[in-house]
Amino acid sequence: MSDNNAQSYWKSNIKIVLALLSVWFFISFGCGILFVDTLDNIRFGGFKLGFWIAQQGSIFVFVALIYIYIYFMDKLDAKYNLETTRLEKSPEGYSLEEDKK
Amino acid sequence: MSVQIWTFVFIFLTFGLYIGIAIKSRARSTSEFYVAGSGVPPLANGMATAADWMSAASFISMAGLISFLGRDGTFYLMGWTGGYVLLALLLAPYLRKFGKFTVPDFIGDRYYSKTARLIAVFCAITISFVYVCGQMQGAGIVFSRFLEVDITTGVVIGMAIVFFYAVMGGMKGITYTQVAQYCVLIFAFMVPAIFISILMTGVPIPQIGFGSELTEGFGGGYLLDRLDGMSEELGFATYTEGQRSTQDVFFITAALMFGTAGLPHVIIRFFTVPNVRDARRSAGYALIFIAILYTTAPAVAAFAKTNLINTVNNVEYTSVPEWFTKWEATNLISFNDKNNDGRIQYLGDPEANELEVNRDIMVLANPEIAGLPNWVVALVAAGALAAALSTAAGLLLVISTAVAHDLMKRSFLPAISERQELLYARIAIFIAVIIAGYVGINPPAYVAQVVAYAFGLAAASFFPAIVLGIFNKRMNKQGAITGMLAGFLFTASYIIYFKTLNPSLDNADGWLLGISPEGIGTLGTIVNLASSYIVSRFTPEPPREVQEIVENIRLPGEATER
Repeated sequence: MSDNNAQSYWKSNIKIVLALLSVWFFISFGCGILFVDTLDNIRFGGFKLGFWIAQQGSIFVFVALIYIYIYFMDKLDAKYNLETTRLEKSPEGYSLEEDKK
Repeated sequence: MSVQIWTFVFIFLTFGLYIGIAIKSRARSTSEFYVAGSGVPPLANGMATAADWMSAASFISMAGLISFLGRDGTFYLMGWTGGYVLLALLLAPYLRKFGKFTVPDFIGDRYYSKTARLIAVFCAITISFVYVCGQMQGAGIVFSRFLEVDITTGVVIGMAIVFFYAVMGGMKGITYTQVAQYCVLIFAFMVPAIFISILMTGVPIPQIGFGSELTEGFGGGYLLDRLDGMSEELGFATYTEGQRSTQDVFFITAALMFGTAGLPHVIIRFFTVPNVRDARRSAGYALIFIAILYTTAPAVAAFAKTNLINTVNNVEYTSVPEWFTKWEATNLISFNDKNNDGRIQYLGDPEANELEVNRDIMVLANPEIAGLPNWVVALVAAGALAAALSTAAGLLLVISTAVAHDLMKRSFLPAISERQELLYARIAIFIAVIIAGYVGINPPAYVAQVVAYAFGLAAASFFPAIVLGIFNKRMNKQGAITGMLAGFLFTASYIIYFKTLNPSLDNADGWLLGISPEGIGTLGTIVNLASSYIVSRFTPEPPREVQEIVENIRLPGEATER
């Protein structure tokens, strides 16, 4: 892979990670902690919304975030023809000394 | 059949299963011993990670803690699951591409420094050791309460089992026993939860029952409203409202998240899958498997609290249910009739309250409180043991690899052969099991508390060093070493100061910026990041070959020619 390609791959990777981490922060620290009392004014079923996000909703969002990440990274790998199945060899054959050669 | 016979049956069956798996998956090379030959399918690794991660504390104590903390219990729930997002997005794929055996391996190679490697070894051993003692203690408690053997015998049985499969199979044996242990523990956690949810709300899914209306027998109305109402009536804090300051909850949550992503026994699980794609996938599976328990726990907490108040408050002491007397014998619940009316008053006011309830009882006695069949009660014991032993095994492996691989092979005795290295690894596990067992039997007062602080230490030492190592190519050894030392020492001294040197100041007024020792790891992480960054700007950049390693781990694999 050329250096240019590697750089643009890495940039897209960073974009995906940052976008997902902002959602992660907004839901957990934002909705679950900082604005929890405001959100508690909204009710659904037996739950106050803020309480529900803090104790359950955020966890569902975390799971979803990892799967969205997997989806976008798979697409990105395909775009750059990065074949990941070739890493099968077990770790012994791969050391710092070899990288230097 | 009685609870005790059921317990024997379950423990016998599950332990037989673990030993059978261990015999089948003997490790023959260091690669198999350290990382299961990197051949674990992502689904299996996800289950193993979940079992590795969910310890005696998650299984036995967490729901109980939440039931007494109310909404503030969220820092455990979000902290111990949100960390997986960081792990999946910032660490797992890159560390898998790096493709070595241990976390100190990465630190040592990425920061081209023996000193950095040794600091990482020290942190890994300290963190894992503190953690493993708590597991042994947990196993001992379960044995003594359910089988009525003494704690020493309980711990010795637990030690023997862990020792057997960890020494024989290394990571390979541990991985496949953890898969079995996950199945046992999740079944044991979910069955009583589902029963209780049906009993109290008529809804078979606890996550939904949590927000549903109670059945007529329990007085109707939404569960959480009723719990809020009862709590206020008895002078407790309102269940669905927070008591701790917002910044403290914020910092504790962050410390647990960063700590989760920095715990060596969790990180090394991602070295065991075949490639980067599988590392991403197994992080996803792991969080799903963990989320099943973690979304059920707050429901169990609310059910158990409501049920406890309903069953014991204002009940005559002479007519308490059978479970009450049984758990009284273990001192997990105790009644002191202060106003001599012969009735139990369970109140928020400590002066008038007559009932002391240990938080662990919320999970351990929950099936009995709800009047579930004996086999369900016994199942909880098998589940708690699976949780304790699976985590203990993962931690012992970290200790043994740190000693045999990082300390012996990579630092002081580079000439040893693979056979000798494997032997050292097995000896190291043996010694670690003995010490952990000893501490489990004779727990120093602070061990249980210190377990929680292992997270802060992991957050302040490993997490920033690894993330910077991947995302900041300019980060050099001077920066990383300063950062790890500064973060670790800052966090450790804050905790030691408030917990042993000056416990009288351990309250919101004494704390720095209102951050409790549980949450200080977050500030430690920031100290680490800031000092690494500043020092690295004033010292030479890393050698070119190290920068090439960084470029290499950023790409998931080789580009194919099409």
